[in-house]
Amino acid sequence: MVTVYNSVERIDAEAVNSKEKRSSYAARVKIFPKRVAGTFRQLKWWIMLVTLGIYYVTPWLRWDRGQHAPDQAVLVDLANGRFYFFFIEIWPQELFYIAGLLIMAGVGLFLITSTVGRAWCGYTCPQTVWVDLFLVVERWMEGDRNARIKLDKGPWTFDKWRKRLIKHAIWIVIAVATGGAWIFYFADAPTLLKNFLTFQAPFVAYSTVAILTATTYVFAGFMREQVCTYMCPWPRIQGAMLDEDSLVVTYNGWRGETRGGQKLRRTQGEENFGDCIDCNLCVAVCPQGIDIRDGQQLECITCALCIDACDGVMEKTGKPKGLISYATLRNYNSNVAGVESPTTWRSFVRPRTYIYAGVWSLIGLIMLGFLLTRDRLDINVLHDRNPVYVRLSDGGIRNGYTIKVLNMRAEPRTVTLSLAGIEGATMTRTGSDAAPSNSIDVDLKPDKLVSMKVYVSAAKASLTGEVSDITFTVTNTVDEESASYTAKFNGPAER
Amino acid sequence: MANKEVDKLSGIETTGHEWDGIKELNNPLPRWWLWTFYATCIWALGYVIAYPAIPLISSATTGVLGYSSRAEVADELTNAKIAQADMLAKIQSASLEEIRKDPEMLQFAVSGGRSAFLVNCVQCHGSGAAGSPGYPNLNDDDWIWGGKLEDIYVTLKHGIRFQWDDDTRDSLMPAFGADEILERTQINDIAEYVRQLAGLEHDGEAATRGVAAYVENCAACHKEDGAGDPEQGAPNLKDAIWHYGSSKQEIAQQIYKPRHGVMPGWVNRLDDETLKKLTVYVHSLGGGE
Repeated sequence: MVTVYNSVERIDAEAVNSKEKRSSYAARVKIFPKRVAGTFRQLKWWIMLVTLGIYYVTPWLRWDRGQHAPDQAVLVDLANGRFYFFFIEIWPQELFYIAGLLIMAGVGLFLITSTVGRAWCGYTCPQTVWVDLFLVVERWMEGDRNARIKLDKGPWTFDKWRKRLIKHAIWIVIAVATGGAWIFYFADAPTLLKNFLTFQAPFVAYSTVAILTATTYVFAGFMREQVCTYMCPWPRIQGAMLDEDSLVVTYNGWRGETRGGQKLRRTQGEENFGDCIDCNLCVAVCPQGIDIRDGQQLECITCALCIDACDGVMEKTGKPKGLISYATLRNYNSNVAGVESPTTWRSFVRPRTYIYAGVWSLIGLIMLGFLLTRDRLDINVLHDRNPVYVRLSDGGIRNGYTIKVLNMRAEPRTVTLSLAGIEGATMTRTGSDAAPSNSIDVDLKPDKLVSMKVYVSAAKASLTGEVSDITFTVTNTVDEESASYTAKFNGPAER
Repeated sequence: MANKEVDKLSGIETTGHEWDGIKELNNPLPRWWLWTFYATCIWALGYVIAYPAIPLISSATTGVLGYSSRAEVADELTNAKIAQADMLAKIQSASLEEIRKDPEMLQFAVSGGRSAFLVNCVQCHGSGAAGSPGYPNLNDDDWIWGGKLEDIYVTLKHGIRFQWDDDTRDSLMPAFGADEILERTQINDIAEYVRQLAGLEHDGEAATRGVAAYVENCAACHKEDGAGDPEQGAPNLKDAIWHYGSSKQEIAQQIYKPRHGVMPGWVNRLDDETLKKLTVYVHSLGGGE
């Protein structure tokens, strides 16, 4: 078989973490990722478009909640302690939903990692997405890999100044837009934008934008792969998450070795070599600057750009694609042992993924159940501690309570607060001249908490002991929704 | 150093220090660490110039910004006073009843009153205003000198048996025993009768004997049915609340040689707004009439 290798030129690229030169004190080696086209690159463009789209557009979506609540679809209202997500409104005491979502995100990450490996890192992590975006700007201004290396090594000519300044200016614009979009999640977006531009927004808005601008600019412009390699804990955790059935970007050495370039092949004979022509393109396109042929390593974010690069080369050399491919360790090992074993979706079907998927769905269902049946009317009762009870002139006993009634609907409501548990007990509300009675009406403002001081009096004979139970119930007169709280009623030790 | 020594195994220069044959490698500090260190040095230099930093014998350098934590506190206090000014003016012009009826003023008065109470009143009345024997419980509905807003306000202003205020609330119960107005047996009988008035366990015979002496000596202030008289500060004897205890011995002691509580008047020590806030606070504790 005669193959023309001249069409693929060898690139002078070396992995930044090549084994021979590894040292604890190595300075950073600059990485100039080469442009590549292919299936995965295409997928990554789409994912970038969708994730950035979600990030920038979400705060501007509107959602009608009536006149008593904001109309922003997604809003974290820190000042009033409310979180709005389309048709869901969460009060601070319901933050466990957020905790539940975080647990789901965690288990989801386990599930994704055990099946398709570090897909999060390679495709959707903000660090990856923004570095990709910054690289687009860099390539547009300074050209592809070789041009950038040349420019970087070259003297500071006018042209270099010009290109660098424009590049950094665009980076900063992107960084400001990144930080700028973040603050709109925390206030009414149109109002905040107007105030922000007229310098009337609160200081924290400007400082947040400034901090996020700085982190975006530094992380995506300068630190890049170092964030993944040195700062992020996930590459370390993945060691416990991946197993021999997880998909990882794999150099299929069993068909690639012995690698050899065109000169060697010509002199020593094609039959002595594997499919890898040692063109180094996989190293040149890697945003992490590593050589996938050294095996799986923590620097690899499995962005699959080396797969695209190598597939292109295989096409040119007339060899089957997939010298670098997504493969499981199990398939790889059996291929090495000589048993042909392509990687298919069957690697997803195993107890581990069942358990992760099961746990994930279970938490999701429990949360959904809670969400669909949750109360929108609640009562909290705080018993006075000092004094715990007061003896009245007629020999009766009085206890004081601070009662908080929560109206979690965005409409005004009137509820009845009533007492149960102690025979003949009556209550009065401070500031009200109404006669003591067993129940009082309370007006609730929309989406607000009402706090009131209530004194409950009872005859000593009606108490069951030093401590009796007393139940406060609020009932909405219109929709019959109700909530109860059982508190303690204290009395003297002697009967 | 003229000749650098290099460790053969690692190829790294040594510091030249040697301990029992072991030499220390001269690995440089990480650059990010060094830069952070330099940045903090520069920051410290600027800080020393801008802020008070170097202690002198009796003071310290003031810094070019002229910052002082004392001035900052003073500023905050001034700002707080300015912020309260509107409400205070409203409290000043409003009547006690108006304050109680207005939710906003009520909230302001109750929290302000509570702060003043914690500074001036807790020493006797306790932090929960529950008092102790001899010091009235302000939560209950029994008032020696009246529990209306106006009554509480006057008591607060002028105090009780407070010798430096001519308008103070004043009344003295005679020492029936110590001054030999009544016999010991009569005192005993009156005590039994008072317990009968209050519906407590008592010796019926002695109580009956005590009726005449009670009417003659006590009813003028405490009234014939024992309901007392807030105008004179004569406590109600038939309710469940006892200033100095309800046992026969405690009652007899009080008749023999009464104790008289003293409360200072606050009109010269607290401004009128504070007195009004305190009044509304005490009234809001649950027993206000």
